Parts: sequence; C-alpha cells; structure tokens
Amino acid sequence: MMSSNSANNLLDEALGFNDDGGGGGGGLLLLIEDRVETSGAFILHHLIKRRLSSPNRPNDVVVFLSFAHPFSHYDRILRKMGCNLGVQKENKRFVYYDMLNLNYPVTDGEKGAEDLLLSVYGKIQKTVELCSSREGYKNSTIMIDDISLMEVALCGSSNLVLDFLHYCYSLATQFDCLVIILNHEDVYSTVDVPSPLLQMEYLANIVIKAEPLATGLATDVHGQLTVLNKGICQGSGCSKGKIRNFHFRVKENCVEYFYPGSRT
Amino acid sequence: MAAEAISRALRDGALEGEHAPALTIKDSIHAPLGAFVFDHILAQLSSNISSSKSQAQGIVLVAFARSPQFYAELLKSKANDAASLKKWLRIVDCYTDPLGWKSQLAESGIVSNRSTQNATTASLCKNVRDLDMLFSSIVELGKEVIRETKGRFAVAIDSVSEILRHASISSAASLLSNLRSHDQVACLFWLFHSDLHEMKASSALEYISSMVACVEPISNTANGKGMNSENLPLIEQNLGRGKFSVRFKRRNGRIRLMSEELHTEQMGINFVPAFEDYVTSQSLVPKVQFNLQLSEKERNDRAKVVLPFEHQGDGKPIQIYDGRRSVSESKTENKETNAEKMHVNEDSGRGEIIYIRDSDDEMPDSDEDPDDDLDI
Repeated sequence: MMSSNSANNLLDEALGFNDDGGGGGGGLLLLIEDRVETSGAFILHHLIKRRLSSPNRPNDVVVFLSFAHPFSHYDRILRKMGCNLGVQKENKRFVYYDMLNLNYPVTDGEKGAEDLLLSVYGKIQKTVELCSSREGYKNSTIMIDDISLMEVALCGSSNLVLDFLHYCYSLATQFDCLVIILNHEDVYSTVDVPSPLLQMEYLANIVIKAEPLATGLATDVHGQLTVLNKGICQGSGCSKGKIRNFHFRVKENCVEYFYPGSRT
Repeated sequence: MAAEAISRALRDGALEGEHAPALTIKDSIHAPLGAFVFDHILAQLSSNISSSKSQAQGIVLVAFARSPQFYAELLKSKANDAASLKKWLRIVDCYTDPLGWKSQLAESGIVSNRSTQNATTASLCKNVRDLDMLFSSIVELGKEVIRETKGRFAVAIDSVSEILRHASISSAASLLSNLRSHDQVACLFWLFHSDLHEMKASSALEYISSMVACVEPISNTANGKGMNSENLPLIEQNLGRGKFSVRFKRRNGRIRLMSEELHTEQMGINFVPAFEDYVTSQSLVPKVQFNLQLSEKERNDRAKVVLPFEHQGDGKPIQIYDGRRSVSESKTENKETNAEKMHVNEDSGRGEIIYIRDSDDEMPDSDEDPDDDLDI
C-alpha cells in the first residue's frame, strides 16, 4: 500500500513519472474522466503538487484555467497536502486564470465565444513562451478544470473546445508541455453520436478513468482508477500501450492507491 | 497479403481515363491502430516514389492530426534524407494553425511569430474550414513535385475526421471526389475514425473509395462500461494487435475481401496471416475417443456417392428408381424376393445408395389417408 507522500506511488508509475516529478512532458495530453460517484478532482490536486514540488525543476510552471472553483478552493486543498499555492502564485510558478467571473458574450454567440477563446489561448501561449526562454526550463503544465464547464462558457460549442485543445496540444509539442484536462464522463449523452468525449480520448496520450467499483459502494475503497497509457510514438519508433488498474481511497490530506485485494 | 496488395494498387496508380485508386483506412477507439497503418502505407508509397517505381512522382501530405516534423522524422527514419524529401514531398500543414489563431495573435503583437517550420517543406494552412482553398493548395503543391506535364502525384490526408469537424460531409466528399478525378492525381488515401461519425458519413467515404481497410479489435471486450480484471488484458492486447480487413472494389463491380492480423512493433507494424480460422476450426472439434473427422480417402468416397435425387446438378437428368416397376418386371422378381432395390443408371464402381423399400403394397403418391384405418 503506497500513499501519495512516498516518492512514487502507483499513479505516478502508471503515468510514467520519474522520481523528481518529471517525465510525462514532451508534448502529451492527459485526460481525466470521472463521474458523479467518483470525482477525479483528487488526481488534479495530486498532479498540481507533483509538478510544483519537484526540486530539480525550479522554473517549471503550471498554467491553470479554472471554470469550476475559485482560487481559494485549490489553495485550501493543496495547503493540506503541504503545498502553498499562494507563494507559488507570487513566484509566477502557478499561473491561475479565473474563468468563473468572465462576462460571457452570450449575444455574440459562437463568434464571440471564439474570440474569447482566442484571447485565452493568447495568454497561455505568451506565458509558456516566456517560461521556455528562462534558463533551466524543463516542462510546463497546462491544466483545465473542467472541460464540460468550459463548453458551457463557450455557448455549448464542443467543437470550439476541441479546437482549443488542439492548439494547446500543438503548443505542448512545440514547448515540451503536459496538458491535463478533467472531464465528466456522465454528462454526455450516450444516444448522440459522436460524443466529444470520444474525440478527446483519441487526442489524449494518457486516459485516466475514475469509476466506482463494480460491486458498489465500500467504506475502505472509494473507487478504481484505470490508466490507459497509449505509449509515445515518434517518427523513429513507438513504445507499446499499457493499461493499469488499481483502487484508491481519498483521505483528509492524501490519497492511497493500492492493487485490489492487497489491503488487509 | 492485404497490405501488400494495397501498396501495389497505390504504386500502380490511375489508368488513363479512370479515377485514381482511393483508399479509406478506418479504425475505432477500441482498435486505435489506424494511424500506424497510415504511417506504414505512407512509408511504402514514399519508398516507391523515391526509387521511381510508382506512377506518382511525388506526394502531397495533408497533416491535421500530427505535425509536419513528425512526418519528416518518420520518413527520414525509413532511409530518406532531407534533400531527397524536398524533391518529392510536400506537406499542407493543417496542424500548426488550423484556424489562424496564432497568426492573428502574432499580428496583434500578443505573441511572437516564432516559426516552427524548420526544414520541412510545409505550406501553412490557416483556414481548414475553406475546403476549396485546401483543394487549390493541394493541387498547387502537387504540381511542384511532378517532373513532366503528364506526371502525377499522390495525396495523403491523415485525418478526414478532422475535416469533418469543420466541414459538412458533402463538402468533404466533394473534395475527395474532385481529387480522385483530377487528371494529375495518381492515387490517394486517408484515415478516419468510424466511431466519431454517423453511419451516413462513413458510408459516403466508403463509396468514394476503391479500397476500404478496416482495423478492428482482435479480442471482443465488453466495450465501454465496466472495466474489470478480465477485460483489461484484452483491452491492452487491442492496443498492440488488430484485425486488418480490406475490401477491394474492382472496376467490373466485383468485390474482393482479404484479411490478416496486424501487430505493432518497435519500428512500425507487421502484417501476419490471420490464424483465427485455423484456431476456430481446431477448437470446435471436441476431444473424444472416437473419430469425428474424415480421412482423405473417406472424403473422396463421399464425394463420389450419387444422391437419390433426379438431378445431380450436372445438367443430366438421371432415372432414379422410386419403387415403381413395370408389370412384367414385378412378376418375375416378386417370386424371388419381397424386397425391392433401387436401380441406378450410372457406372458401377462409384458409391451408391441402396434403398430397400420395406412395404411393397403401398403405392407412392396415394390419395388414401393412411389414418383411415384408425378406430377412434
């Protein structure tokens, strides 16, 4: 049984992260899919901490687009995990964009939504370009919490969201970034074809699904994570895709990950 | 083998007065190996182009899903140097700035105009919604790689699914049709993800193609809901192996089907004959102590047996004895035996069926109700 305080837990191993919190950069998109019964927010929090706490990477930056919660919410949670977001924000290592209080251009419809998105993307590209020019730069991280609320903000245009993700992905390839997005599996209709979530699954290099156990609720196990790592494909060769499954339990200050049946 | 047949068809190109051969590669999220197949076909065609074995003298690659740099590295790793690539490869870059956002931001000074096109021969497309402009770009770049006026070039589109996000199926189909009927296009191929589109879009694309290559999961899992420990190894297997079925449409309308397996390897993919049929047939025969199968001799003997039907399907009617005899015959034979034999007008030495009718009183096709003698 490993806790998230140890150097590398099951989740980090499945993601291919190194001990110093690096790896998993170099132009990758990581999609977290969760449900009402099993919120995947804890994965986001874990990854924020990992990307900010690595001692060998003092100039790495996390760009965070929040459509779901105010800054104070993340600050409070990360503080309990031993990470001071306020300080990181002052040091410009944690760049937080509050998307909750924007004036959504409802009257302009999709054109207005595209202009909004263009300006948001512009800010992200500028931030990443600035960081990459600093000495000792290794990786940046772009996080979006969450995609379904982003779609709402863009007048329901999932196509615009996909365009935005495509641009973030190409930025990630150019500047060695990791893009992490959270989306809810159960908000999309299973009747409509095609689901935008499927488009994102195609785009993503790593898909983490947080689901309840097949056997239902339990006090000791809050759910299961399935990590599908498609492997990296570059022009010169490909690594093989892998899939990992393990259980998790969310505690006050940390999350425990363990293989099924390994807890006494 | 299916993959080789595809490469040959693309290499040979278009016949005079005919549309260019067009290949659709389709996959789904449960067998996401279409991109590997696309890369393989691209590498094969490029090899034929660079060694002047193909009708196409160059290739125009429309890159939506992966960067021009990715393709340049891919082709360089297959023994092509940068100088040679410049001669016959052109890329329409729909990956870097498909909607022109980066250019707009650069113009307004918000971001720097850092160009990512280093050594690749890529032409930037800033508006993928305009398919007419895309068509013109493809044709223009194609003309750059052909060496003579009657020369032809190949076209590869790495994601028609991306085109369909920005344009209707009718305009996408129109683009592909126009390319196919262009007299300077030798062949074209494209990839799309079948589960991202409605049936009618998939069907429309397949109708335009002369070859449809389908990648399917090697193992059927309980898709979607419920990741359990039984499913996971199968899902993982589907990330590295798949069923590869190809449908070839001939000019005369005939369809030819071929299928094999594909495995992903370190340096690309490998196609192997499908073992499935062998395995299935072996597993259906239960292991018991008596023989359930036929030997070769037994199979041959069975083939020689003449069945008791009037027509054997070879155009010759044969007289099958049905139990009715002429009066004279029955008088002589009845004295000898009560049984009657079926007489066959064929050579002896072949298998025969001997039918012994056990009731000589009964006339065939009698109108009598056989239940008449019942006393109920």
